[in-house]
Amino acid sequence: MRRFTWFNAISLTFGFAFLYIPMVILVIYSFNASKLVTVWAGFSTKWYGELLSNQAFIDAAWVTLKVAVISSTVATILGTMAAFVLVRSGRFFGRTLFSGMIYAPLVMPEVITGLSLLLLFIAIGLDRGVFTIVLAHATFSMCFVSVVVSSRMASFDRSLEEAAYDLGCTGFDAFKSVTLPIIAPAVISGWLLAFTLSLDDLVIASFTAGPSATTLPIKIFSSVRLGVSPEINALSTIIIALVTMGVVAASLASKRAIVRQHREEQLADK
Amino acid sequence: MVNDTAFAPWDDPQAKPLIRFDGVTKTFGNFTAIDDIDLTIYPKEFFALLGPSGCGKTTLMRMLAGFEETTKGTITIDGQNMAGVPANKRAVNMMFQSYALFPHLSVADNLAFGLKRSDMPKSEIQGRVDEMLRLVQLQKFAKRKPHQLSGGQKQRVALARALAKAPKLLLLDEPLGALDKKLRQETQFELMDIQEKTGTTFVIVTHDQEEAMTVASRIAVMDNGKIIQVDTPDRIYEVPNSVYVADFIGDVNTIEGTVSAISGENAELTWGDDTPALRATTSADLTVGNSAAFVIRPEKVAISTTEPDRHNRVQGAVEDIAYLGNLSTYFVRLPNGTLIKAQTANDRRLSQRSITWEDPVWLSWSDTAGIVLRG
Repeated sequence: MRRFTWFNAISLTFGFAFLYIPMVILVIYSFNASKLVTVWAGFSTKWYGELLSNQAFIDAAWVTLKVAVISSTVATILGTMAAFVLVRSGRFFGRTLFSGMIYAPLVMPEVITGLSLLLLFIAIGLDRGVFTIVLAHATFSMCFVSVVVSSRMASFDRSLEEAAYDLGCTGFDAFKSVTLPIIAPAVISGWLLAFTLSLDDLVIASFTAGPSATTLPIKIFSSVRLGVSPEINALSTIIIALVTMGVVAASLASKRAIVRQHREEQLADK
Repeated sequence: MVNDTAFAPWDDPQAKPLIRFDGVTKTFGNFTAIDDIDLTIYPKEFFALLGPSGCGKTTLMRMLAGFEETTKGTITIDGQNMAGVPANKRAVNMMFQSYALFPHLSVADNLAFGLKRSDMPKSEIQGRVDEMLRLVQLQKFAKRKPHQLSGGQKQRVALARALAKAPKLLLLDEPLGALDKKLRQETQFELMDIQEKTGTTFVIVTHDQEEAMTVASRIAVMDNGKIIQVDTPDRIYEVPNSVYVADFIGDVNTIEGTVSAISGENAELTWGDDTPALRATTSADLTVGNSAAFVIRPEKVAISTTEPDRHNRVQGAVEDIAYLGNLSTYFVRLPNGTLIKAQTANDRRLSQRSITWEDPVWLSWSDTAGIVLRG
């Protein structure tokens, strides 16, 4: 079935060109020696050097990383708990309403989420800064975690937990030594999802960030408004490189796990 | 009747039961899963709960394990009232239908799971794990994960894990349901062997009557949340106390009629207009004139082409023959329309069979082969 046709070749080329030409241009211009973004003046890595000495960018990067790690961890804990209750507690009054309310923020426009959080923080007199961004990010990414984890929980064999009780576990011990290790892949991917959502969020962060703390997306967006500088190109290239390495490593690891499991299952039949 | 050497604590009034159900009822909303059950199970018994799906046998087992509370009545295990005692505080372990092996732990860690949560000293755990691996002959598989095992191996790990803590009572929920027929038969004998070696009381839940007959010392036949009969496999088969039990266990011919004579264990039943009365035994509380059912197993009905010299005999024509290889079942239609099944062992080759379709034949059975039950 896999035959070469001109149609296939052309659609493949166009598809990938559409996806990647903008990024390729960005990467190429990050090595431009000229300060003018649209004029090529030879190869240079000086913008990378300048970037490293730009304290504002480095501070913003730190804030972003800190916010992402803390908020995704908080979101994972809360989201897993929510998923656990929604999947486990069976039918209770208002269950549909509750699960609907968990998923509603997924489709809520970010501007509204951001604005409502801003109003809340002003109302309770909370100074905006790292803490408020963390709260805001944990709030919206918790829903994503809960969706990922509850789909895993739904297919979880309850008798595994009963077996743990039967063998002498208390409730928490059964969760810690049986349930959690088994749903761990879903919890980890929930965490990663929350982490990436927090990393590239601009809208909600700009509502909840204060003068004391700026995240990288806000910093990039505001400096681009003053004109695209080659430094931004360099920064974006670094981000692209990091993301690519992450994706490649993750897919290699999961592929290896699949191959290993396949081999072990063949072994079992002997 | 009672043989001194045979294992039969249920006939011994001095024997102390391990498990006692007193008027136990369990309801889920409006649905009554268990309906006022009294039952005693003795130490070292291999006790089977048998019944169709939805009869309450699994609920009864889950109440023993501590996963369900009773709605009414009490369960005592080894003299201790189990009300409010959670599953993790009971000296009862369970082997799950799905095996419920922990997929993230190796075979050895699965076996050690319960031991680590008991008061066994750390230094003795490894020895106990090895002992259990030997018991189920899986020494070579200690390091494997559950998904690297075949179905039969998983079943043995599940059994070993449930036995590792040396429980007073082991519950087995359809333990052989996932195995194919050949493996299931082998495993039945292994189970009996292990039960005898460890001296643990086993309670097994099954819907497979052959399995219950093979492994159990006593069987409780259940229907609709009630226990219909508790007895040894042979008595369940030979002396069922109701048409339901007779019909549920194995194959049976049932003839409805009226009791015409009764003296002690012997009864006569009239049926049809021009057929002689049937002689059979009974233990039911019947008097002359009661409507009753005569039941007889197909293998106790003899088939012949010449008239036999027995009181219980009827004439009919062969309507169908089910050839099963080792056995053949003849479906004989009597002149009054009743269909009777007669089963014989095929001790000759098929080509030498003397009876075939449409042949007129005689069916006969001894005076004690059939029994009369309340209709």
